[in-house]
Amino acid sequence: MLRFLLGRLGLLIPTFIGVTFVAFTFIRLLPGDPAELLAGERGITPERKAEVMKQLGFDKPYWQQYLDYILGIFQGDLGTSFSSKKPVLDEFMTLFPATAELALCAIILAVCIGIPAGIFAAVKRGSIADQAIMGTALVGYSMPIFWWGLLLIIFFSGILQWTPVSGRISLLYFFPQVTGFMLIDSLLSGEKGAFLSAVRHLILPSIVLATIPLAVIARQTRSAMLEVLGEDYVRTARAKGLAPRSVIGLHALRNALIPVVTTIGLQVGVLLGGAILTETIFSWPGIGKWLFDSISRRDYFVVQGGLLLIAGIVMLVNLIVDVLYGLINPRIRHN
Amino acid sequence: MTNTSPAASADADKVQAASRSATLANLAEFWYYFSRNKGAVIGLIIFFALVAIAVLAPWISPHDPDMQYRDSFLVPPFWEEGGKSTFILGTDAVGRDILSRLMHGAAYSLSIGVIVVIISLSVGIVTGLIAGYAGGVVDTFIMRLMDIILAFPALLLALVLVAILGPGLTNAMIAIALVLQPHFVRLTRAAVLSERSRDYVVAARLAGAGHIRLMFKTILPNCVAPLIVQATLSFSNAILDAAALGFLGMGAQPPASEWGTMLAEAREFILSAWWVVTFPGLAILITVIAINLVGDGLRDALDPKLKRS
Repeated sequence: MLRFLLGRLGLLIPTFIGVTFVAFTFIRLLPGDPAELLAGERGITPERKAEVMKQLGFDKPYWQQYLDYILGIFQGDLGTSFSSKKPVLDEFMTLFPATAELALCAIILAVCIGIPAGIFAAVKRGSIADQAIMGTALVGYSMPIFWWGLLLIIFFSGILQWTPVSGRISLLYFFPQVTGFMLIDSLLSGEKGAFLSAVRHLILPSIVLATIPLAVIARQTRSAMLEVLGEDYVRTARAKGLAPRSVIGLHALRNALIPVVTTIGLQVGVLLGGAILTETIFSWPGIGKWLFDSISRRDYFVVQGGLLLIAGIVMLVNLIVDVLYGLINPRIRHN
Repeated sequence: MTNTSPAASADADKVQAASRSATLANLAEFWYYFSRNKGAVIGLIIFFALVAIAVLAPWISPHDPDMQYRDSFLVPPFWEEGGKSTFILGTDAVGRDILSRLMHGAAYSLSIGVIVVIISLSVGIVTGLIAGYAGGVVDTFIMRLMDIILAFPALLLALVLVAILGPGLTNAMIAIALVLQPHFVRLTRAAVLSERSRDYVVAARLAGAGHIRLMFKTILPNCVAPLIVQATLSFSNAILDAAALGFLGMGAQPPASEWGTMLAEAREFILSAWWVVTFPGLAILITVIAINLVGDGLRDALDPKLKRS
């Protein structure tokens, strides 16, 4: 197991170095120039520009800038945001809980509906229920989620007026952020109605972000389940006279879930990509919106740091999924 | 060695005829399995209808897609109160006919899909073939490079690439093609690895086939099935991603009637004019569903493992 783990980690190191290089190079390829950007419309004298470029370290040769950047990463220094003048890592840490809360709710929604729906569809293969579930899943993973978000806003916020259009909680509530998770913090604050307000703000963005993962998980569960249901050991279990419920629950599901776990892990990248759209539509103050805004206003170090951190999260989750997969399935481990 | 005896040329003819009828039989078998999937057939019909609309849009659309009717801002669809029969699906904020814009927009979406798939498929296949065939350092290098691309969420990477290249449809397509091609590389490489040591490849090598011939003529045709399925998937992903970029203001630029861009322009009217928002998204959804249905059908028809079950 240790060898397997070390092997996976070994693969990760060159990829991570590559990611740092990509993030570093990309922002230097962005058109425009940071000093002029900082100066804004006021303009800037050549002397002052040289000074600013020196301050930012942009006057050094590329390899030295890269080296400084790598050394910075190890010290937790990802540079400073042009617009807020705060360290990129601090900004990320402040905003990340909002995205994490949204992504977690989305993935919980996707798993809790997707897996049972997939199992049900597989067990009732060919029935109207199966066709309805798979039809809905098809619509789900074909969905342009930015449009889906707008439709939900039209219906639930515009016509029914059940949910708010944007933000994480009503402006009426003020309480300290303990965990950064609005659902938990609002409960801890003890303020009346705060929790409900947080839930109402969270519900539409979660649905939007969950849509594609839910559809993918339902389809994957169904096909994995169908494959397993045809196996000899399932037939044996049935022949032994086990109740259908325990055949499906005990024998089939456990094995069918192995590929589903991988699928769930792979959704993290999808979620973080989807967060850019979802957070932009719902003005959700998370890292997706932060990064998109930073790309639009050329906030170099935020884009560089954000790319690195997001890729880091995706790689970490993929590693965890790989290791989990190795734990459940010894064949992978020894291959 | 030259051999022109009548018997040999008759044999060659026979071989050719046999291979032709085998190809026909394969096609017939493919169609048999594909058409058993009713959804796939429906998807194919919708897809062809969309192609027809896209091609014929200049002639069949009721209005010029960029014509602004100054007396008809935000006219609702004809069945709503205040709707006009000349604007079946209503008009947008500057008085352009939505139906006409949608019809012209079909050409954008479909050509985005085609171009992105062509770029990512061809680059992906060549890279994957080289990785799988060469092995060793070349393979490791290429695959790590693909891992790096895959470590970033596709939309985020595409956004940054478009920011570097400059917003616009062409650059959006290049960016999307780049983020989609690792899937083709991985698939091709995996298929090449499993085919490389098969007898027919060894036989071809012993017969003196060169590297290029071995890669493209001997191995590649046997790896096509998963690539076709991935190509349809990428087609729909490309349309979705391009629309998302357009929606974020980084794809096709106004006044282009690209569906995502139309949605971006319509955003501020979501609570006052539902039709401006609803129809472009519906067009994207229907197109992507149709392509995904075809993709499912192709997978059923081309995947031998599923055929047996």
